[in-house]
Amino acid sequence: MKHVWFLAWQSLRFNRLQSAILIIGLAVPLYLPLTVNGLVSRYQAGLLQRAVTTPLVAGGLGSRFDLVLHALYFRGSVPRLLRMADVEAMRATGYAAPIPLYVRYTARHAPIIGTTLDYFTFRHLRLARGEQLLELGDCVLGAEAAASLGLAPGDRLMTDPENVFDIAGSYPVKLRVMGVLEATGTPDDRAVFVDLKTTWLIGGLAHGHTDVTSTNTDASVVLERGASNVTANAALVEFTEVTPTNITSFHFHGEPADFPVSAVIPVPKDEKSATLLRGRYQGPEATVQILAARSVVEELLGLVFRIKRFFDANAALVGVATALFLVLVVLLSLRLRRPEMETLFRVGCARGLMARLMAAELAAIGAVSLALAVAGAAVTIALVSLW
Amino acid sequence: MITIEQLTFHYRDSTFALRVPRLLVADGERVALVGPSGSGKTTLLHLIAGILLPDQGTIRVGETEPARLSDAGRRAFRIATLGLVFQDFQLLECLDVLENILLPYRINPALKLTDGVRQHAVQLARETGLEPRLRHRPGRLSQGEKQRTALCRALITAPRYVLADEPTGNLDPAAKQRALDVLFDQCARGQTSLLMVTHDLSLLGRFDQSIDLAEVSR
Repeated sequence: MKHVWFLAWQSLRFNRLQSAILIIGLAVPLYLPLTVNGLVSRYQAGLLQRAVTTPLVAGGLGSRFDLVLHALYFRGSVPRLLRMADVEAMRATGYAAPIPLYVRYTARHAPIIGTTLDYFTFRHLRLARGEQLLELGDCVLGAEAAASLGLAPGDRLMTDPENVFDIAGSYPVKLRVMGVLEATGTPDDRAVFVDLKTTWLIGGLAHGHTDVTSTNTDASVVLERGASNVTANAALVEFTEVTPTNITSFHFHGEPADFPVSAVIPVPKDEKSATLLRGRYQGPEATVQILAARSVVEELLGLVFRIKRFFDANAALVGVATALFLVLVVLLSLRLRRPEMETLFRVGCARGLMARLMAAELAAIGAVSLALAVAGAAVTIALVSLW
Repeated sequence: MITIEQLTFHYRDSTFALRVPRLLVADGERVALVGPSGSGKTTLLHLIAGILLPDQGTIRVGETEPARLSDAGRRAFRIATLGLVFQDFQLLECLDVLENILLPYRINPALKLTDGVRQHAVQLARETGLEPRLRHRPGRLSQGEKQRTALCRALITAPRYVLADEPTGNLDPAAKQRALDVLFDQCARGQTSLLMVTHDLSLLGRFDQSIDLAEVSR
């Protein structure tokens, strides 16, 4: 058989342009379904893994897909906001420990996740470097976020303005990087974590500025001074960074119970508690929806698989067309190589040599095409995963 | 010795018919086969080689009757016992000169390719002036070089019989003489019988006997 492989290799090498065209012609129809299947499998595994480890997700009424994508993967539009009072009400049921999330702002395009330290315990997130969140204005970076932003503990990170045209809106806040988390292969790797209060600071619900209550205050910034209230004008200097010297000047305006969160992860004590909690929020008057994350993700994947079936059908049709094209090429090749076959026969070649020669050439072309397609699919999946 | 007796053959759906009452080629003999086009010279070579099978009569090549062998047996007999040379050389374009010479060893397990065979191929190429061309493909060879390569391929197995079908038909006079020199020289060294179809009557003087197939068939 080694002589057959040798002759096949010589023929392919001699007809290298035709061989290359055949290889590419076969590799492309193999590459597409391999890549689609690889990506879908990867997404499926990633999405399901996250959903399985997050039994319940709570949020405002609206699209359940938006809510789950928002709370689990920090993607999509911000759902209808809840209030901290809703979180406390959930806690008061005694069925679950609610972990609030406020995911609305970004820092250099990385999502800022306002939450509590319970989130780190719940997700088993561990620090690779630095320290945990200590004070207002601190942040901890996911592994990928730290790498892509080029930041390390001790660095500063400016938040993005929510709307560049909203000049009356919130000021960007300079966050202090306290630590970097170990990589987990989840959306947490791409996030910037802050305390919930820090997101309210970014949102303008809290601020810090020069003292206007003391008698030493520059009189030009004071519009009106009452018994319990001082009104300042726009010349008042607001702090954009929380520092040890100005931290005491930061204060919140409004009722803490009204402060917003965009989602809640209720961690039920057990399965029964989960069921009871969901039952509590299923009435027609409920303003909060609690979802089983896994069933929503599976429903979402069902839609993806329905689309994938079209891809599979398309791949099958392309496969049939490619097979026919290959048969045509083989038939034409046999016709072109008839003199060569005659020579081999007359000289005394073994019976079936030409068939084995053609089979070896096709096998070599098929193997190289498959290797190219698999390599291309692997590279594409890796690149898409990085992106 | 090649012995043919009472041979008849015809192609299906054709009026052509070949009849050879008796024909002998002795061991080591150089025989020219002549005759007008269509008289059946190439057909006779194919019958001797077992490429075609006779309707009647016997063809014996040495002790072997190719017609009595199986298809695989005829192929093995052809590659081990005969050396075939064609007018249009019939070299494989994808192989270089050395690999074209070694081709019989790669296409039938009846022959084993060894280092000795490779050395023999190089020696044949050297003796026929092809050594500098060993790694060249047929596309880069002159007509004479192509035919000498085809001759080396026919001789590499040290066959007892060489059947040559107008091997010099496409060559200029100088190349023709050189190819014949090579063929006769190699056949003489190996005591190889040569049966060669030719239309060139000026070459007949170099053969031990010439057979006019038109007369034999009559």
